[in-house]
Amino acid sequence: MNRHVDPRQALPQPDGIATGEVLLDVRNVSLRFGGVKAITDISFDIRKGEIRAIIGPNGAGKTSMLNVINGFYTPQEGSIVFRGKERKKIAPYEAAASGIARTFQNVALFKGMSTLDNIMAGRTLAMHRNFFWQLIYYGPALREEIANRRKVEEIIDFLEIQHIRKVPVGRLPYGLQKRVELGRALAAEPALLLLDEPMAGMNLEEKEDMSRFILDVNSQFGTTIALIEHDMGVVMDISDRVVVLDYGRKIGDGTPEEVKSSQEVIDAYLGVSH
Amino acid sequence: MLHQIFVDPFLQMADMPDFLLQVIWEGFVAGVLYALIALGFVLIFKASGVFNFAQGIMVVFAGLTLVGLHEAGVPAYLALALAISVMALLAIAVERFVMRPLVNQPDIILLMSTIGMTYFLIGLGEFVFGGEPKKMITRELGLPTGSTEIEIGEQGLVILQHIDIAAAVIAIIMVSALALFFNKTRIGRALRAVADDHQAAQSVGISLNQIWAIVWFAAGIVALATGIMWGARSDVSFALEIVALKALPVLILGGFTSIPGAIVGGLIIGIGEKIGEIYWGPLVGGGIESWLAYMIALIFLLFRPQGLFGERIIERV
Repeated sequence: MNRHVDPRQALPQPDGIATGEVLLDVRNVSLRFGGVKAITDISFDIRKGEIRAIIGPNGAGKTSMLNVINGFYTPQEGSIVFRGKERKKIAPYEAAASGIARTFQNVALFKGMSTLDNIMAGRTLAMHRNFFWQLIYYGPALREEIANRRKVEEIIDFLEIQHIRKVPVGRLPYGLQKRVELGRALAAEPALLLLDEPMAGMNLEEKEDMSRFILDVNSQFGTTIALIEHDMGVVMDISDRVVVLDYGRKIGDGTPEEVKSSQEVIDAYLGVSH
Repeated sequence: MLHQIFVDPFLQMADMPDFLLQVIWEGFVAGVLYALIALGFVLIFKASGVFNFAQGIMVVFAGLTLVGLHEAGVPAYLALALAISVMALLAIAVERFVMRPLVNQPDIILLMSTIGMTYFLIGLGEFVFGGEPKKMITRELGLPTGSTEIEIGEQGLVILQHIDIAAAVIAIIMVSALALFFNKTRIGRALRAVADDHQAAQSVGISLNQIWAIVWFAAGIVALATGIMWGARSDVSFALEIVALKALPVLILGGFTSIPGAIVGGLIIGIGEKIGEIYWGPLVGGGIESWLAYMIALIFLLFRPQGLFGERIIERV
């Protein structure tokens, strides 16, 4: 199998191609922790349907950026416009409700729960029956559970993890945990999917699988994806546009080719004597 | 001496099997009630990592509210509904004024805040309902009274109080309902998700505040049930709060995060301390019921600190 086959070439009508419409716009965002500047005046946008990579050396502020987007951190300055709506401060669960799902750098699964339950937990927002219906667990609440279970089974099939459906995720190998975490994020059917180093610590084969899943998610579900990744081969292969951060500032933005040939980016990665 | 410790008690047991059965039954009922109290602790500990020192006083407060309202002329079932609403209000208040401002603080601070809540609830309870023990409105709530005698063998006799049977049945129903709720429903899953990882839970759209209010409410309902059952056996008084501390050895035995653990732990402590008191107590002049449970817990802490069913603590370096 070729490295990182692009399924978009094989599909007749890919939905996942960038349309140019801006889904998320980060405007002049600055984030400080006390005196430490994690992010300084960063602006970039994510267009509907694209795969947007965020790269940069360690400590560049990539994860902080994701945390700002999904509401874990509130920036001191700047604003974020998502689906045309500007927001200043947002709680993480509200960000999730507005259509943003994410995975974490260090896998953050519900370790005591099975694969199935983890992904079902990802559908929390799709289920609306209130506390009292849930207490009765009959009629509407039960029907809702079954309908959502069907959706979750589709995701399990898609990610090829049928065989670990009932296994507590704490017992799974790392690569599979990463996949379950992707499944949990997908279960919310997000408009924007944030992936924080989805391939960290994986071997080549696992990386190829994960790349394939990411491309499939993008083309089949039309999900917009923003990902942080260190493996440059992967980034250059799968992303439509790349934003480069260094010491909390943006130093590059554009197609993989443009970014690759930027002197500032090369300096940041290879080091330069000042 | 050795004979007295290791042989004599068992001879006594074999001698009067009906009496032994009676003792076990008494212990079983006490154990069920311990288990119910421990269940209240487990619910809150699982979802928020807080050891809720106030669970005992919540039992007293719930019982007092029920009886107090009835004394004030409210019909029994309406009083029950109102007592449930009071527990719901308490849960919302705790979430809003205690949990939310203290989120992300060290565990010890949250523990201290629940000790503070204990004294607040003692004060509030005495202020509103007075400090005297009250009789539980057993009959008005439609709970059975009286007793059944079961003959065993030639002239053996075991007496079962109906209220004790009711207590056991209600406890079993509550525990199974909670277990089902935790395992099958969206909110149950959300509760377990919060217990496992706060950040990840938030990222899938679970609101911590809502979940905390729900667990405190569930713990409040468990407290009310415990208050009714325990109140029916003795009285509803602030002394119950001390009994509630028996949940500590139960939790150490069963594990802080396990619902089955709370039940099995409760039964072991309940039956163990009754048998210990009756058969071994006389050797040291009696009164061992009040400390035996803590001794068992100490031994467990030495050899199996995570409890019988608790999650194994594995640190990866």
